[in-house]
Amino acid sequence: MTPPTATEVANGATPPPASSPLLDLLEGFMGELRAAGLPVSLTENLDAMQAVKHIPIEDRGAFKYALAATLVKNNAHWRAFETVFEVYFSIRGKEYALDVVSDGEMPDPDDESLQGQEANGQPGAGGGGDGLTPEELQRMLFQALLQGDEALLRALARQAVKRFAGMEPGRPVGGTYYLYRTLRNLGLDDTLEELMARAREDSPETLTSLEERLERDEYESRIDRLKKEVEAEIRRRLVADRGVEAMARTLRKPLPEDIDFMHASREELVSLRKAIFPLTRKLAVRLARKRRHGRKGPLDFRATVRRSLSFGGVPVEPKFRYPRPSKPEIFVIADISGSVASFARFTLHLVYAIAGQFSKVRSFVFIDGLDEVTSYFEGVDDIAHAVHRVNTEADVVWVDGHSDYGHAFEVFWNAYGREIGPKTTVMILGDARNNYHASQAWVVKEIQKKARHVFWLNPEPSSYWDTGDSIVGEYGVHCDGVFECRNMRQLERFVDNLV
Amino acid sequence: MDHRFESPAAVRSSLGQVNYLSDEGIAGVVFLADRLGKPVLVEGPAGTGKTQLAKSVAEILGARLIRLQCYEGLDESKALYEWNYKKQLLRIQAERNNESTWEDIETDIFSDEFLLTRPLLEAIRAEDPVVLLIDEVDRVEVETEALLLEILSDYQVSIPELGTIEARQIPMVFLTSNNTRELSEALKRRCLFLHIDYPDMEREKQIVLSKVPDITENLADQVARIVRSIRQMELKKAPSVSETLDWARTLLLLGVDTVNEAEATETLHILLKYQSDIAKATKELSGDKGVRKPGVPRT
Repeated sequence: MTPPTATEVANGATPPPASSPLLDLLEGFMGELRAAGLPVSLTENLDAMQAVKHIPIEDRGAFKYALAATLVKNNAHWRAFETVFEVYFSIRGKEYALDVVSDGEMPDPDDESLQGQEANGQPGAGGGGDGLTPEELQRMLFQALLQGDEALLRALARQAVKRFAGMEPGRPVGGTYYLYRTLRNLGLDDTLEELMARAREDSPETLTSLEERLERDEYESRIDRLKKEVEAEIRRRLVADRGVEAMARTLRKPLPEDIDFMHASREELVSLRKAIFPLTRKLAVRLARKRRHGRKGPLDFRATVRRSLSFGGVPVEPKFRYPRPSKPEIFVIADISGSVASFARFTLHLVYAIAGQFSKVRSFVFIDGLDEVTSYFEGVDDIAHAVHRVNTEADVVWVDGHSDYGHAFEVFWNAYGREIGPKTTVMILGDARNNYHASQAWVVKEIQKKARHVFWLNPEPSSYWDTGDSIVGEYGVHCDGVFECRNMRQLERFVDNLV
Repeated sequence: MDHRFESPAAVRSSLGQVNYLSDEGIAGVVFLADRLGKPVLVEGPAGTGKTQLAKSVAEILGARLIRLQCYEGLDESKALYEWNYKKQLLRIQAERNNESTWEDIETDIFSDEFLLTRPLLEAIRAEDPVVLLIDEVDRVEVETEALLLEILSDYQVSIPELGTIEARQIPMVFLTSNNTRELSEALKRRCLFLHIDYPDMEREKQIVLSKVPDITENLADQVARIVRSIRQMELKKAPSVSETLDWARTLLLLGVDTVNEAEATETLHILLKYQSDIAKATKELSGDKGVRKPGVPRT
């Protein structure tokens, strides 16, 4: 299972930069970074080559940071970089050789049963700890977590993968499957509570809730570390089995700004939520600047002459006509049913983050009924919380909780239609999958007549539009624009143009 | 050219000597910046020691720190150089009686004597070792960024009247950014990138121990742990390292040796600056596990 390149690189103590293995490896590495969407320019590529001249590959940490400093210029891309780095460099270096667990990392020597096992076992052949029963393994794991013993944790993580993951060469399953299997066998779900219980026992007095919280944080972070170790070990083994390129391809994940709203996994949603805050802040700053700076107008002749009267007809002080860009009023009408909910959530978040750019923002959400949620955002400085309330408290179900755009629009028109004025921009968010109800497209037509603009943002790829029960085309003819808005990048561009 | 540092480890230990606790990434990038002769763009949340890094590097090198504080509206005459036009005027006035030609005066008034150097030019012309710190570079407009490009890639400044002034030595250059806007590709390309995040618990504890005299190990540990816990909440503004230090000092002044809930929540306003954050943290620290992660996707 040992990959051919591992020994080559490990043996080359001072890798001359022109020597092909490392160079080839770096070539592949950069190619993969580009494929993952990181903008790596030629200059940066050359810089990285320069940088690794000064840092030996054996110093893995420094090597990683050297590459990162030259190649990754945006912190949001760090994770993508790390993954690729792990794949390309994780199995290189002796201490990462697959089946050999060095003695330094051997499990707790105090554990008698283990020592006995080890003496009998063949050293080096299968790695230590093979003879452990699952219960012993579990017990040691518990101890390691309790004491926060990093080396032991790492060794145990490897052992666990070896034993529980059931990895077979060439088996076409994803790494997550192995991860799931390993973790399930380790039974980590209850471990946290057990650890907490032990902590409570060990403490002389009862824990205050603050102490409890701190202990819990500590153990959670240790368990997280264990999971990461397990994941890394699985990855190492997969790389060894399938080769670097194939592995990198399967692990390739979109960057936060390219994550598809509709198909984001739970984990991706978390990273999206983290990404949205800096993004909105940047957008707000940019928009505010634009407004402040674009204020040079043509000479206002009339005002200049009027002003010159006070100086005896000499135009001492020329007057200019300042453009006064009108702040649009925004109505957001969002479908928050099932799959498009996260899209609506991010859009609302973004719109409210730059609410200062608009004279008024009103928001409505619907599934088959419709409710105004503007009040949730008033006087709240935590937008995320308000958005959460929208998703849980708004009264949006009329009959069965399946999207009915037609009915929702009708309700909107009857209740709020007259409040739309010539300064209003209406944004409708949704995939227009109407479950074959009546479309009531006349409402959108009426809105368009009264409003300044009507835009439709659709989180589906445009090739899916008007297939199945999607009737975006029927509404689209009455809109000033229908935009595909699948990820943060597209959403940001739209909002930027809107203001 | 002589190198300033032996190895990343050497950087780390000498930074440690001036009470700046770095980590592998920081030390590695500073080392590389020296070896490759490239500027470092330091990014990260406020109060994590970005500016302090430049100061500390200057301290260990025994170099003069030249600082350019960026702000909106910063221009050439504040960043690079300016002609001392009042003095130039005086000169012309004084020359009036003499029979000198216009060419003479012109070459004269556009000479070194009438040049006011601003930080960037000063760093380039310095004879002694200097560290140049361009602070909060994200505050200048995109157009102004272009001013920096020449100096960052070639360490030179072109003055139309005088020609190109090249650096006598390549100074260490640090740019800091709070990431309020995306910096231009051109600028990023010329720099090494370093993201300084909040330190992990162990490092934060060491920072508290080294920066707050007389603090007990136990209290430092607790402080670090509580701060980590608070940073895991979803807050508008997570506590920075400098706020952690302020908090530790306050606790010390109050004569606290083990933090309990009441003391923690009463002094939270030192760590957190928004009322909503304080309310949330108080609620969580006093044991209410109600809203740990608001906005968890509803499926």
